[in-house]
Amino acid sequence: MSAERTPRTLALTLVAILAAGLFAPQWTLFLLTIALAKGLVVLGLMLLLRCGLVSFGQALYYCIGAYAAGMLGRSTGVSDLLTLMLAGMVAAALVAVVLGFLLARYRSIFFGLLSLAISMILYGLLVKTEALGSSDGFNVLPSTLFGVRPADDWVRYAVLALAAVVTFVAALAVHRYLGTPLGRLAPAIKDNEIRVEYMGASARYAIHVKYVIAAALAGLGGALAATTVGHIDPEMAYWTTSGEFIFITILAGTGSVLAPFLGALIFGIIHTVAFDLSPNTWQMVLGAALLVVIVFLPNGVWSLFRRRGAS
Amino acid sequence: MEQFLAVLIDGIIYSAWLFVAAIGLTLIYGVMKIVNVTHGSFYALGAYAAASITGALLAKGMPPSLSYVVLLGSALLVTLVVAPLIERGILRFMYVKDEVVILLITYALFLILEDAIKLVWGVSPYFIAEPYGLLGSFDVFDLTYPYYNLILVGVAIVCGVGLAWMLGRTRTGKLLVAVIHDTEVSRAMGINVERMYLFTFTFGSLLAAIGGAFTAPTVSVVPGLGVEVIVLSFAVVVIGGLGSLPGAALGAVIVGLVRSATIHFLPQVELFVIYLVMAMVLAFRPRGLFSIAEARKI
Amino acid sequence: MTTIKKAVAAAAVAALVPAFAAAQGAAAQGEAPLKIGVVSFLSGAAAGPFGVPARNAAEITIEMLNGEKVPAPYATKGFGGAPLQMQLVDEAGSTTTQVTEFRNMVQRDNVDIVIGYISSGNCLAIAPVAEELKKLTVFFDCGTPRIFEDRSYKYVFRTSSTATMDSVGAAFYVRDTIKGKVKSIAGVNQNYAWGQDSWSDFEASMKQLAPGVKVATSQMPKLFAGQFNAEISTILGAKADVVHSSFWNGDLEAFILQAGPRGLFKRGTVILTTGETAMYKLADHIPDGVVLGARGPYGPYAPDNALNKWFSKTFADRYNVPPNYAAYQMTQAILGTKAAWEKAQAANGGKRPSIDQVIAAFERLTFESPAGKVEMAIGAGHQAITETAYGVAKKVKGKMTVANVKRYPATMVNPPDGVKSADWIANGFKK
Repeated sequence: MSAERTPRTLALTLVAILAAGLFAPQWTLFLLTIALAKGLVVLGLMLLLRCGLVSFGQALYYCIGAYAAGMLGRSTGVSDLLTLMLAGMVAAALVAVVLGFLLARYRSIFFGLLSLAISMILYGLLVKTEALGSSDGFNVLPSTLFGVRPADDWVRYAVLALAAVVTFVAALAVHRYLGTPLGRLAPAIKDNEIRVEYMGASARYAIHVKYVIAAALAGLGGALAATTVGHIDPEMAYWTTSGEFIFITILAGTGSVLAPFLGALIFGIIHTVAFDLSPNTWQMVLGAALLVVIVFLPNGVWSLFRRRGAS
Repeated sequence: MEQFLAVLIDGIIYSAWLFVAAIGLTLIYGVMKIVNVTHGSFYALGAYAAASITGALLAKGMPPSLSYVVLLGSALLVTLVVAPLIERGILRFMYVKDEVVILLITYALFLILEDAIKLVWGVSPYFIAEPYGLLGSFDVFDLTYPYYNLILVGVAIVCGVGLAWMLGRTRTGKLLVAVIHDTEVSRAMGINVERMYLFTFTFGSLLAAIGGAFTAPTVSVVPGLGVEVIVLSFAVVVIGGLGSLPGAALGAVIVGLVRSATIHFLPQVELFVIYLVMAMVLAFRPRGLFSIAEARKI
Repeated sequence: MTTIKKAVAAAAVAALVPAFAAAQGAAAQGEAPLKIGVVSFLSGAAAGPFGVPARNAAEITIEMLNGEKVPAPYATKGFGGAPLQMQLVDEAGSTTTQVTEFRNMVQRDNVDIVIGYISSGNCLAIAPVAEELKKLTVFFDCGTPRIFEDRSYKYVFRTSSTATMDSVGAAFYVRDTIKGKVKSIAGVNQNYAWGQDSWSDFEASMKQLAPGVKVATSQMPKLFAGQFNAEISTILGAKADVVHSSFWNGDLEAFILQAGPRGLFKRGTVILTTGETAMYKLADHIPDGVVLGARGPYGPYAPDNALNKWFSKTFADRYNVPPNYAAYQMTQAILGTKAAWEKAQAANGGKRPSIDQVIAAFERLTFESPAGKVEMAIGAGHQAITETAYGVAKKVKGKMTVANVKRYPATMVNPPDGVKSADWIANGFKK
């Protein structure tokens, strides 16, 4: 998919979601909202993957976003969805700015494992904090949108609509960013970092910036997921959550900013179908599905949509 | 004094367990450069096989003293069946892919194996306590320890020394060291790298299975046994340096002693102390304590 | 081209979803079957000791109810004549997954009632969703008191006591059976909400019943740690009079296997609040004198009534093992729901009741179960209280049994309506 067509496709998808959502059953709206939330996290991971970095601990920021939103709601009574999402995003970004100084020095597996270690430390700290409900977590207030609590039948649609708009803006922003000089450094860093330095650019700075952006996206997604599910717990920082995000990243492929969302949706569907069809062996179904995708679609599901010829 | 000795003994026992659990992972990474998530599955397979086979034989009247051999045999059996299947059947075609993709493939295999284990052995816990209590116990001041723990330490030492000997003295070992250092040149020199991979994967998984098999008498073998081991093994291996055998040993000892001290003196932080150690080591020595030197490619 | 392709793909996905939903089918009216969503752990560590026994109990209870083979007062078919259909969901995965699957069960699969949930985290997350979707949901096992103490619900019920009862009962048992003053206590519990709450309840209760008691050490190993050498060494060194543990399954069994040869059971009294689940399998490793809990009057502590005789025999015949407390609790939940349903039906002139009528009947209901009397007495009538019992392990002619059993009435070991558990304990168990 050539870069110029992406904004148009994004806009079309947004309209499609808003339109189809009016007719879709409630449980589909829920599934779609969660897919968007996870897709945001994966969008950030995709950004890092383009630099050649895989974060095994992205769940850290997902969790920070969720807890920031939840704690803000609990302590101030704020329930406006957009505010909570932005709070999650800012909280995650702030932490990333600090941690980025340490993490931007690492590459490949060590980057991944150090990020894993940090997310597990957060997990441990949260489990020990009984004031936050320890491993049981706590519930989030029902959301309001710009001061209004939508009627029961419209809540899911309203949340989905806001999530879709926010995601559209985020995806568009990331897409634009990838066109800037700093954004274009990503594949260059992945290929050969030393040459990048010889050219006069700072690979470390570029990575730090991308790390913060990825964290902000994850925080945004975490806050959205927390308010949609209505519950927050430390498992959001556990390594299996990070594993799920990486799973989706590879499933989706890195071809376009649309890929993460498609990947998250497909993952959500496979997960639910596996649960429904074989409650006793759903893990096996999931593992087999992942294997099939990796073997037959090595560039992710998105490679099905790639235009032949153009990159 | 007594408490200090307790910390030391508990630490060494835990370190031994960690070492046996982690050593296969570092070997596979060192040779094949893959982070093998199925490591946890082989640990679980070893534990389940050992528990069920030993349990069945003991029920049929096998003398308990033979159970130690049966533990080893079960681990061997289950690994020789499953590991080559995985390596030849799936992994072999994947080596050209990116490191992360291979990791995900092993993760997918891990998910499949988890349910496969559940299908074969069910969800009820298995345990075989005879080997644990058979040898009696010894006392250190006021504390009683079963001799079995010494067997665990023994297994760790045998595995470590055995592996070091194999890598340093045998022909296969030396070929493996060559592959560890540079796969391309090894291939150019005529080493059958694919055969080395098969051997390494099987041997590394066997070590994991042995870890599981010898742990089985001390615990109750339940689903999810492999999950915890994966993260712990990673932490140990990363601290010591991926691909380094002495690194894995040092990493295991550090983690074991730190954890033991934490439990005795500061139980509240026990939950994440291992990750703290991992983060701190990585912060100062980014590649772990003993890492293999890698030339910077321009 | 790609834009159109993308749109087609999106449409295909969107079409797949309602087609999938339609495939679920809707039930006809009349003596329409009732779809019961049953949620229990079918994979992971909790499956063996709780999830699968509970699932088995659900299967067999529903089968027997449909076959009218349950003794009085539950002899009618299904619920009030309507046969029951079970839809099983695995409780494994994150709370996000569980909330998703709950919504799917309710909105896509149209279940009538949901009975399930072992994990407290899931119960806390599901309760508000059940309320939002207005679906009658009955929790059968999860232990946290927070559900009805943090807020009130209309559509959510829990038919077994909270975990507070376990630790309070254990403390009373210590007071009643240990001769002499208890000077120090130690704990080894898993470091997550269940273990943390169990320990703090026990510690607080002991401070009330044995003033001046000291905590020698509180060990909190990671959940599923499996290796407890260091913890055992520390406890041995601490020399406490009483050791409390709320370990379950793999951890419980590993602890028993590792602690025995090291002589932990000989030094002081060890209380295993969920010990019932391991008592038969590890009979050879549990010496006499270990205090065993069953989270209520279940298993060996169940009364010798007709329902219990029926239940334990039917379960054991089908599954070759006696039912443990998880199995009892699941059956208790199903029978309690049935009792409420049929009471509402009778009040409705024999016609099928509405959910609101069932809820009204369920509130403050008292019903019989294989474990004895259950009163939905607290949580504004939505939370059950039962008596509890503790005893010590004792081998009689090589078979594992319990001895020195003490029963504690429901109001003695559960807080009164409207009072938080922690406050109730801190105020000296004021009724």
